[in-house]
Amino acid sequence: MSDYQPKILVFSSDKISDPAIDLAGLLKKHYSPKVYNITVPCTSSVKSRWILHAFEKGIDGVFIGSDGTDCPYRSDCSDLSSKVIEQTQEVMKERGINIARVKMAALCSVCADPFVNHMKNFSESLASLGNIKNETGQSNE
Amino acid sequence: MKKDLKQKIGVYICECGGNISDYVDVEKVAKAVENEPGVYLVQTTMFTCSDSAQIEIIEGIKENNLDSMVVASCSPKLHLLTFRDVAKRAGLNQYNYVHANIREQCSWAHSDRTEEATDKAVRLVRAAIAKVRLSESLETIEIEAKNVAAIVGAGVSGLRSAIDLADQGTQVYLIERDHFVGGRTAQWGKLFPTNEDGKELVERLYKQIKERENITVFTGADIQSLDGSVGDFKLGVKISPRHITGACDEETSDQLYKVCPQETDDEFNFGLTKRKAIYKNYKNAYPENPVVDMDLCDKCGECLKVTNSNINLEQEAENITLNVGAILLNTGFDPYEPKDGEFGYKTIDNVITLPQFRRLLDMSNGSLEYNGKSIRDIAYIYCVGSRQPDGENKHCSRYCCTSAIQSALNVKSKYSDVRNFHINRGIRTYGKQETCYVDSTKQGDVYLQFFEKSFPTLEKIGDKTIITLNDALTDNETMEVSADLVVLVTGMVPRKEDTVAGILKVPIGSDKFYNEIHTKLRPVETVIDGIFIAGACQSPKNIRATMASTLSATAKANSLISTGKIELEPIIATIDTNLCEWCGKCDELCSYNAFEKVEIDGKMVAQVNKAICKGCGACAPICEVNAINIIGSSDEEVEVMIDAFVKDVQFIEDHKAKEAEKTVGKTDDTEKLKKALPEIGKKILQSLESEAKSVPEIAADIQHPADDVLYYLMSLRKYGFVKETGEINDDEYYLYELKQ
Repeated sequence: MSDYQPKILVFSSDKISDPAIDLAGLLKKHYSPKVYNITVPCTSSVKSRWILHAFEKGIDGVFIGSDGTDCPYRSDCSDLSSKVIEQTQEVMKERGINIARVKMAALCSVCADPFVNHMKNFSESLASLGNIKNETGQSNE
Repeated sequence: MKKDLKQKIGVYICECGGNISDYVDVEKVAKAVENEPGVYLVQTTMFTCSDSAQIEIIEGIKENNLDSMVVASCSPKLHLLTFRDVAKRAGLNQYNYVHANIREQCSWAHSDRTEEATDKAVRLVRAAIAKVRLSESLETIEIEAKNVAAIVGAGVSGLRSAIDLADQGTQVYLIERDHFVGGRTAQWGKLFPTNEDGKELVERLYKQIKERENITVFTGADIQSLDGSVGDFKLGVKISPRHITGACDEETSDQLYKVCPQETDDEFNFGLTKRKAIYKNYKNAYPENPVVDMDLCDKCGECLKVTNSNINLEQEAENITLNVGAILLNTGFDPYEPKDGEFGYKTIDNVITLPQFRRLLDMSNGSLEYNGKSIRDIAYIYCVGSRQPDGENKHCSRYCCTSAIQSALNVKSKYSDVRNFHINRGIRTYGKQETCYVDSTKQGDVYLQFFEKSFPTLEKIGDKTIITLNDALTDNETMEVSADLVVLVTGMVPRKEDTVAGILKVPIGSDKFYNEIHTKLRPVETVIDGIFIAGACQSPKNIRATMASTLSATAKANSLISTGKIELEPIIATIDTNLCEWCGKCDELCSYNAFEKVEIDGKMVAQVNKAICKGCGACAPICEVNAINIIGSSDEEVEVMIDAFVKDVQFIEDHKAKEAEKTVGKTDDTEKLKKALPEIGKKILQSLESEAKSVPEIAADIQHPADDVLYYLMSLRKYGFVKETGEINDDEYYLYELKQ
């Protein structure tokens, strides 16, 4: 087990998964403080280039907290995100980045526990992969 | 395109009375962000949301001529609107304010690791600063709104809504697909708890509708199309004619039913009876005239021979367009229809559904019979089509336990020798409905219970159906119930023939019912501005809950359109027309038809209709030339936030100076702190001036909820305004007093 504390970028949706992350905090359920969240209207808007940008800059893993079927905009938003992730993973392969560094799961607006569990598991698996910079070829400075 | 970056940013970091500052060193955060590009001033405050802190921020922004602000405090779900208002009052554009959530997503989430929480808070605030630097002034999109509403569905929910909306001054079009109003409620007979007949309820509401000039009722009306957007929808409706053009009294109607040779299953009675091609749902159905079902009529002409029938079989359907500001959907539900063979449905002849049983009971007169056989023992099998372990209906339909038990009470009061056997999966007569369960046990009804792991089995032996189950209430003893009639207590499912959802693009949830924006916080609004949902089209509801939701939707709709103007968030998609080559992919994907193909500088490009676009952003990733960005979540904004998250945090370690500064601040500024207290804090202090009090006593004195009082009292204690007396009162609550 590595001691490395990976940085995780979360994309959450304003109406569904972001409230779940809020609820986790409200209930003082702890997860890694190296988790940073960007809230967008719907996670189907997350672009491949954002994910790749994050890896380039030293984020170790990107997690998309999708609305699943709860999405108020469209019920296929997770399918759309899946496609974006597939495309992103193609590029990641080319660049030698482990495709397990991007992950998506559906979170409902009260899914505090699932969110915390995802963060724990993702942190652990990313820790075992080690620093992203070993893959993107940047210096560890 | 190079933006003008914001140069004078005010950053306000909230302590939240210890909720943040106990875990996040806000002073360190302030220090760490003060040299970020564009930052002009950084302040920490005890309660940023308090009136006095708001005023201070506003004054600071004006004095220093700031051009933007960042507030780092609790979740924006709580105070985004508060601080947008602060920005506006300070003369800033409200979109030149960005919020950082350092409570729910930082201090509370990482209360176990305070140093790392502080580190994270710095990154979150920096990201907000980076984002606000890029922010542009945006104007809310203001559009005109027609104070006219279309209510779809004239069941009790739609009827109730129409009355209230009309009384609030809105012009109402009530649109019903059936030729009669009343929906499902008219079918149910006597209702819990007043024993009022559903038909009477409908009649009362309909009469009120008729008294109002600003309600127009359309029956036989089918929605065909929708154009426009909130405030200015154009709803295409096809009105099928009744084929009876003048008044048609009861006597004439009876004659018409008699002469008409065409017969079909009566849907109103769930196929228990037959009706003619000329029919009414029931005798006192409204509107009063019967209707001719042209799908069934073969124009034999018999009805035309009846005097004063006023029948015109050539009457044509009419297409109209209704121009409305808002649309309220009250389209209701369908009862679950069991599959053939499910608990003997359609394979055993004395198995019927609960809705059928309610019709049977309502129509029965003198004796209770089904298929010509008299009924004494009735077995009710619960949760049919609800709470399915394997099927797709996972939900509890909420109304069926009460409805089944109420039916058992109704049948027993009408036919005293009937015996009721309730074969259930746990009775859910929640709230006041528990009384009907008590009444039913008192009248001698028998309750048997099964679990989802072993469903009862049915077998027809002679005239009886034998139901065998392992009864959970008697340690899984095998029990047999011999019944003359088996009633399957079926739940609610979404409407099967729903044409409305497709045309209006109503979001559908995973349970296939209409989906609200937020199940708790915004339960009657959909993401489509101006389209509201209420009643059982959203989720299973009883009449009581239906009324509550429909009145809520009514109030929301009225407040949206009654001023004649609507403000919309300018958070929408933008197109870089230099890049766009119109491939049509965005248009194909958009659920709302927000894109238009237009010509700019000689080439075809996509254009976003501002009033229609919801800003969901689904179109942005599919654009191959990356021409689409969402305001507030543009590539640039997201990428600078990521950069801010990864940038190293180095604290300037000057403990001594800072500690000194902090002490000075705390002692000298007691008055300032006091001034910064929220209203409730001031009230608590005032209340304690006379004598020491417990939390419930303070709450009663200042008329605030005790949990609020406790929350603020703890902050006051932390900041040295109050202390415990060390005593408890007679109710065993601790007493608090002012700290001198």
